[in-house]
Amino acid sequence: MSYESTLLALAEADPDLMILTAENRAHIRGLAEPLGPRFIDVGIAEQTLVGVAAGLALRGRKPIVHALAPFLTMRAFEFIRTDVAIAGLPVKLVGFVPGLLSDGNGATHQSLEDIALMRGIPGMQVFCPENGAALEASLAQLIASPAPCYVRYTSREGSAPAPGQLGSADVRKRGGDVTFVTFGLLLEQAEIACARLEELGISTGLINLRWLSPVDEEVLLDAARTSQTLVTVEDHFKIGGLYSIVCELLQRAGVHARVISHAFDGRWFKPATLPRVLDHEGLSGARLAESVLGALQERK
Amino acid sequence: MLPRARLLELEQQASRARSHVLHLADQGGCFVGAALSCLDLLVCLYGEVLRVSPASAGDRGRDYFLLSKGHAVPALYATLVEHGYFGKERLDHHLSTEDCIYWHPNAALPGVEFQSGSLGHLLSVGTGIALDARRVGDPSRVFVMLGDGELNEGSIWEGLLVARAQQLSNLILVIDRNRLQANVETEALVPLEPLLDKLRAFGLLASEVDGHSFEALSAAFSSLPSAERRPIAVVANTVRGKGVPSLEGRANAWFVHGSPALHEELAAQGSKP
Repeated sequence: MSYESTLLALAEADPDLMILTAENRAHIRGLAEPLGPRFIDVGIAEQTLVGVAAGLALRGRKPIVHALAPFLTMRAFEFIRTDVAIAGLPVKLVGFVPGLLSDGNGATHQSLEDIALMRGIPGMQVFCPENGAALEASLAQLIASPAPCYVRYTSREGSAPAPGQLGSADVRKRGGDVTFVTFGLLLEQAEIACARLEELGISTGLINLRWLSPVDEEVLLDAARTSQTLVTVEDHFKIGGLYSIVCELLQRAGVHARVISHAFDGRWFKPATLPRVLDHEGLSGARLAESVLGALQERK
Repeated sequence: MLPRARLLELEQQASRARSHVLHLADQGGCFVGAALSCLDLLVCLYGEVLRVSPASAGDRGRDYFLLSKGHAVPALYATLVEHGYFGKERLDHHLSTEDCIYWHPNAALPGVEFQSGSLGHLLSVGTGIALDARRVGDPSRVFVMLGDGELNEGSIWEGLLVARAQQLSNLILVIDRNRLQANVETEALVPLEPLLDKLRAFGLLASEVDGHSFEALSAAFSSLPSAERRPIAVVANTVRGKGVPSLEGRANAWFVHGSPALHEELAAQGSKP
């Protein structure tokens, strides 16, 4: 299966499902023909794209909107906030090429604040699957929810566990001296980092958070109570993303834990091929393991 | 041609609606100038044009009216009251936390299709509604009222390109051309003229009309939609503050606090032959 074929199957079963795009067709190219007038391409016009989706939703339709993540969440931000979220309409916003996936595009195309922006909107769900399989497995559930939702689309191959309840984290490994908390593309790097640290005798936990709104608070608090150190790993700015989510939760719950952040702190990343960016920015599995090891030794 | 008796009815209804607008202004002020410029348009649309009523407000095939220049909402509420969507007594609750009648529209009020206030939004929302109505074969027509100052927004021109591309003949833009935006004349800030030429260049069927003449307005709206697969724009030439002489055409009559003097001015207009 693919995102496209999963979506087509859902659209064939549900006549209210509508597919929209601002001429970003890479992952949905094959839907135009079978869906006919239920496939709407407005051209490079993100604001109109979101407004049209709101109009369709007012008519009882279920619009799934596609555009590049930075332009969808930023160019059309106020349309999302005003026409979709204030009205509480069931519009699903799928952001292509988010975070590090923009690799060589440069800062204009880097959506490193999309999660902060979207989770800052009352009622907006934020889903960050780690690969295509994880998105496909959750798609029906996501569409069935009446809430608006932002999906950070990660077009990576791989397998995924069953989605569980909407908002639930995927706990890969419990306990340990250190628990990594991550989502999306960087899950595979966090897995590599965990394996390296285990080889060095450091016990690690790993949480694939998946939903950044709503957040699986129990899983995070449990990890904070079990591990002495949480390591947040995200291809997002430090402000407003995963690190913020974890710190806000711990503070609110009165749970104390050390939180080490790996995020972009007040800057965009150096554009290059993805493996080079990962290494250069210290987000490859090897570099993450190195950095966490250093932090733990420093503490001792 | 509107029969004389009907014309008189519309004029009386507009006069009562203007009084409702001033009543709202009495309680904390509101955007009186913008409301009075489009009030005759609303009275004509709801009285003569829109195929919608309180009884059919939930029907899928109804006509839709969207007020994109949301700050003109006193005119919409006044018109909805005149058509029985909700009771006049609710207008006593302007800016009260006990109700939801404030400076911009919200869909909690019967007859209001969608909230607005941020300019440049409802053309695209209306495009979505019009696309869906056409796709499923509903006879709905979607009327979107825009302010002329609102045409400064880039999203309007983007939306016009898309509406034209989608060949939406069931989408009708009504532009309240009062030639004033918040503080200054439109032509002194970001000139819109030649507006009709611009709209036509974007592929719309555009015409202009006297926005305070019920006869001219009902004639302009009588043949919609046209057979051409193009969106329609009706540029209605209006006067800010129309009906209250001390406010008419005044750049500073945008947001206005009510006063007995304004009611007296309005009443004096009504008593003229």
